[in-house]
Parts: sequence; C-alpha cells; structure tokens
Amino acid sequence: MRISLKDRNFSGLIWQILVVAIVIAIIAWLWSNTVHNLSVRRISTGFAFLGREAGMPIADSWLPYSPKDTYLRAFIVGISNTLRVAVIGIVLATVLGTLVGIARLSANWLLSRLAAVYVEMLRDIPLLLQLLFWYVLMQGLPAARQAWKPVEGVYLSNRGLVLPSIPLDTANLWVLLTAAIGLAVTFFIRKRLTARQMLDGKPRHSWPYALVLVIAIPALLSLMLGASWSIMLPELRGFNFVGGLTLAPEYFALLIALVTYTSAFIAEIVRSGIQSVPRGQWDAAKALGLRRSFALQHIVLPQALRVIIPPMTSQYLNLTKNSSLAVAVGYQDIVSIANTTLNQTGQAIEAIALIMAVFLTISLGISFFMNWYNARIALVER
Amino acid sequence: MTVVTDIPDSPLPSARPRTNRTFAGMAIAWLRANLFATIPSTIITLLLLLVLGKGLVSLMQWGWLNAVWSVPDSNNTAACRAVRGIGACWAVIPEKLRFILFGTYPFQQQWRPALAVLLFIALFVVSSRRWAWRKELALVWAGALALIGLLMWGGIPGLPFVSQDRWGGLPVTLILATFGLAFGFPLGILVALGRRSKLPAIRSLCVLYVELIRGVPLISLLFMASVMFPLFMPDGVNIDKLLRAQIAFILFAGAYLAEVIRGGLQAIPRGQHDAADALGLSYWKKQGLIILPQAIRHVIPPLVNTFIAFFKDTSLVLIIGIFDLLTTAKTAIIDPAWQSFSVEVYIFVALIYFAFCFAMSRYSRSLEAQDSHAAR
Repeated sequence: MRISLKDRNFSGLIWQILVVAIVIAIIAWLWSNTVHNLSVRRISTGFAFLGREAGMPIADSWLPYSPKDTYLRAFIVGISNTLRVAVIGIVLATVLGTLVGIARLSANWLLSRLAAVYVEMLRDIPLLLQLLFWYVLMQGLPAARQAWKPVEGVYLSNRGLVLPSIPLDTANLWVLLTAAIGLAVTFFIRKRLTARQMLDGKPRHSWPYALVLVIAIPALLSLMLGASWSIMLPELRGFNFVGGLTLAPEYFALLIALVTYTSAFIAEIVRSGIQSVPRGQWDAAKALGLRRSFALQHIVLPQALRVIIPPMTSQYLNLTKNSSLAVAVGYQDIVSIANTTLNQTGQAIEAIALIMAVFLTISLGISFFMNWYNARIALVER
Repeated sequence: MTVVTDIPDSPLPSARPRTNRTFAGMAIAWLRANLFATIPSTIITLLLLLVLGKGLVSLMQWGWLNAVWSVPDSNNTAACRAVRGIGACWAVIPEKLRFILFGTYPFQQQWRPALAVLLFIALFVVSSRRWAWRKELALVWAGALALIGLLMWGGIPGLPFVSQDRWGGLPVTLILATFGLAFGFPLGILVALGRRSKLPAIRSLCVLYVELIRGVPLISLLFMASVMFPLFMPDGVNIDKLLRAQIAFILFAGAYLAEVIRGGLQAIPRGQHDAADALGLSYWKKQGLIILPQAIRHVIPPLVNTFIAFFKDTSLVLIIGIFDLLTTAKTAIIDPAWQSFSVEVYIFVALIYFAFCFAMSRYSRSLEAQDSHAAR
C-alpha cells in the first residue's frame, strides 16, 4: 500500500492531527498563563469558596436567604430567580405572542396593522434598551401611598406590582400535590382509553376520571385537612405594602421587557406556522362537514405545530439566556450573583464556569423537553 | 349551420350590484370589507379606535403640545421640570447630542467619527446591491475598514492620534457590529464546513465550539472577555478592553453564523458534490467554487436576520462598561440637571437603532420576495 498526500484518507488524518494539535497547544498555553497569573495574584483555584459566608444581600428571593448564608446558598437563590423569570416569561410570551400572531392574520385591517406595528417596533430595538426604558418608567411611577389601583387589591407603584395572594401552608401544598398527581394519572388514563378506542372504535370519555381525580379527591382532602383558601389582600401600612404578593420593580421590568420582546418573535413564528397550512386543508375539513373549531383543533393546528415547535424552542432558549440582562437593572439572577461573587472573591474562572454550567443545563433541559414534544407531534407515517 | 345574429347585448340585467365608482364609494366599500365586515370585527374596530385615539391624544400632548424644545442655557432646566410628567423635554437631545453620538472623542475632531459612520453606511449600502456580490467586495471591505481605522485612530500629519479609550457612541456600536461580522463570517464558514466534515475530530471540535457558545448568554462571554481574558495572557501582554470585547463578539458571531451557513450547506443537493468530485476538484476548490456560493445565496435572508440580532446585541457591552451608543446615552443623563429626562434620551437612541434594524429587515424581506418571485 502506498501512502501519499493525494490519498483522501491520509490527508484527512493529517489535517485532523494538525487541527487537534493546534487546539491543544493553544489551550495548554492559555492554561499555563492562567496558572502562572493565579499564583502571582495569590488566588487559589477550586470551589472551596462556595462554603464560605457570602455576606451579600439579596433583596428579592422566594427562598429563605440571609447575608450570613454561604455562597452556595446565594447561587441556589440566583438559579431560582433566573428560573422564576424564565419560566413565567416563557408562559406569558407564548400566550401574548400567539394572540399577536393570530391578530396579524385577522381580516380586520386595523387589528392586523396594529399587530404588525407592534412586532416591527419591538423586534428592531435592542432588548437591553427596552429593559432600561421599562425600568425608568417603573421608577417614575407614583410612590406607594399614591399607588395606582386598577382593581381592588392590585397596586402599581414605584415599589412594583402588588397582587392579592393565597398564603400556602403544608395542608394547601398537599392538596395541590394530590391534584397534580391526579392530573398526571388522568392523562395516562386518557391515553389508554384512546388506544382502546383505536381498537374497537367505541368512543370513551375521560372526563369522569378527571372529575374524580383532579377535583373530588383534592377537595375531600382539603376538607379533611382543613386547608384554608382565603385570599389575602395587600394593604398599605406606613410607606409600604403588607401581605399579598409583591413583584419588585426590577423583576417586573425584566419580565415585561422579556415577555413583550420575545412575544414579537413568537408572533411571527405563529403567523408563518398557520400560513404554512394550505387553504385546501380548511376547505377539505369544511367539505367533510366539520365545525370550524374542530377543524382548527384537529386538522390545522397539528400541522401548524410541526412548523412552529422548532423555532419556538430557540425563542425559549433565547428568553432564558436574555434573562441574564437582569444584571443591568439589579435583579439578582444567577449572572448578577456570580458577578458579585467574582468581585468579592476574585474567583473569576469558577464564577463564570458556574454561570455557563447553569445555562447549559437549562438550555439542554428546554431542548430535551421540546425535542420530546416535537417527536410526539411529528408526522407519523403509516 | 345557423348563424345567430340577433342576440341582444345583455339578455339579463346585471347580477352584480352596481359599484359606486366615486372615491367615496370605493372608500366605503373598503371600510366595509376591511373594518366592519362582521359584528365581532366591528366591535374590535371600535374598541381599537377608542384605545388608539386615547393613546395618540395623550402621546401628542406629551411629545408635542406640552413638550419643551429648548432651554435658555445648559444648566437651567426649570422649564423642563415645570412640565415633568405632562410633557417631554426634547431640549435634552440637542444639549447632549454630540456626547450621545461620539462619546468623549475630542470635540474638535468629531468630524472624524462622523465621517466614519457615513463610510460604514456607504459600505452597507454597497454590500446590499446584487451587482456587488463578487470577490472584489472583500477587498472593498478591507479597504473601507482600514480607512475607518485610520480616521478613528489618526496618528498621521493632520490627524492627531486618538486612543481608543476615548472612542464612544455610534461609531463604537458600528465598529463592534461590523468588525464582528467581517471576522465572524469567515470563521462561521470554516466552522460550518467543519461541522459537516467527514473527519470526526474536526467535526466534534466544531460541534463543541458552536454548542458551547450558543448555550450560554452573551453576557457571560463578555464577562469572560473583560475579567478572565487578562488571566489567560502572559505577563506584560495587555490587550485593550474594546479589543477584548471585539474578540468575544467575533467568537459569538462565528458560532451563530456557522449555524445559518450550515443550513444553506444542507440545502445543496448531493449531485453538486458528486459533480464537483467527478471533475476532480480538490476539497477547497469544490467548496469555494461550487458549494459555498450556492449555499450562501440560499441563506441570505436568515443571514441578514442574524446581522440584525447581532447589531442589537452589541448594546450588551454597556454591562462591561464600554462606551457604545447605549452606554453614552445612559451616561449623558447622569448630569444632575438632566437626570430625570432619561425617557426622552432612550426614545431618541431607540430611533437610531430602529432606523438601522428596520432598514435591514426591510431589505431581507425584499430579497425574500425577489427570490420567491424568481423561483416561480
């Protein structure tokens, strides 16, 4: 066997060895520089600092936290804050974006034009600028005493948005948990019933199961445990509100900015998804005598979703990554907390590695879920 | 064969209602078809008109009727304070305009960044024309970018040297975006080719690079550039902050552009590869002459969309303290006299960003329309 540079396999091997060697050399060089610099600056590497006292105040957290807690705890609070804005943001952006996307297709000229202006305006201005804008508006709101009150129990002021809440204790949580399990079981039963209907063609209903599992059993449990579901209205005491659920201005501004910005992109995805379903599908459904709502639910939407889901996944990922802009308005998400940690301890590599690990995990989680969902609704060829 | 001769012109009265051909008649027909077609549609129209009317009236009052357009001198903002909450203070814009656009660049020399901005715009306009899509365009870019560098830095007789920590405003935004693209694009092409390569080591390196960069927020890359990068360098090597951010942007753009270009590569039919191989072309000739020109043409609209996203993302350098357009805007209103008029400044800057992005998105849409027209 002759070995020559003209041989594709051989030259491929050479190329690979060359590229890998260059990459390894660069990494080794950077690594040795880093080790040297760290020893000069007397920074010890490693994650031991996570166990030390953080001494950093976190204003807005749903988990119990005090500055006396460790850095690890601060990071967990940061992750929970990121998830809090990302998950709620994704849900709201999907709802708003779908509405705007449908509005763009409306036969009503005014409505579709307005939706188009909304999309164009929000897409062409940087998110960070929008965020700063919302935050400035939020700070310009009246003080708590002159709070704007659209509905009883809802206050909007420069302290943020205050909503009525239902205080949850263990009894409430048990009831909610039971209802959630009931919901999951109902879905399972529904799937089995559909499978059996496929075999013999007899229609079967799943709603009696839902009634028992999701409503009757949790309600009974609630009575037995004596759980109270009273709504707690916030009230003004002194200069601030007591009770209720407070969305801090930083959180609220970030949420509005993320939701409106992402909804503009989702609207375009939904619009093109619905437009991708040929008109003939509507006509065929009509010819079969199906109602319009039935046709939308069982014929048009399943086909549109196939086009919608993949780009939607990347919008969800974008929203999650964009939530890191929180640092610009002082909402303490994971990036902001890692940044403070970095300034306090000098552990730059560890802090940034933690940010990356958290976002890679969240990204992979969302991708995994959306791929699973996509596979579920994908075209099944028979 | 019978010849029928006496058929009346119109045996039946016209089935169509007589359309009113006057302007008013057409307008009414249009309104009925587009705004008041059904009862729900009519309700929506009326509700929207109500909300829109109210919004526009209060916007007019704030932005026009009650607005203050100028103040007697730059520290006397009493006129603006008097209308706070009911009227805009547009006087802040002319007052701070030079700082917002050019940052702390020496005042007497600010014609240089202004000229650089015009050069950038000319470069974009030329690159958007179809007749310019040829190899020489790369040379035009190299020349224009070198000229912009010369204008900004100076250092030759007639142009005093200006260090880059005094640069700011719109030129910095354009520099970050344009240089990011100019270097990110070739990088993206290489990575896209690498990701589709048959060589496992190269393919996995490219996958790793793209997924790592796309999986984390841009801010963490910028933090890395501003905090970690100095640790990576040997003693004595000190790379300027702007350049470090620029490197982060190039790496960021490379990963995103690679994915778009990969989409174009996947759309090229297998036969094109086979034909190129049959002609005995080498790998690089095959890619450069046959595959890439077709692949990139396929993805020009999504590429423009990536450029728009990238242009907007340059504003994130605010967080690491580089003076781009958004940072100068935010800094301009630190001045105590003007502190409370940030909304006006943000609106002004938003208009600048909007103008650039809207032009690009219109352009992308016109390309798509041309393509779908040509395909028919």
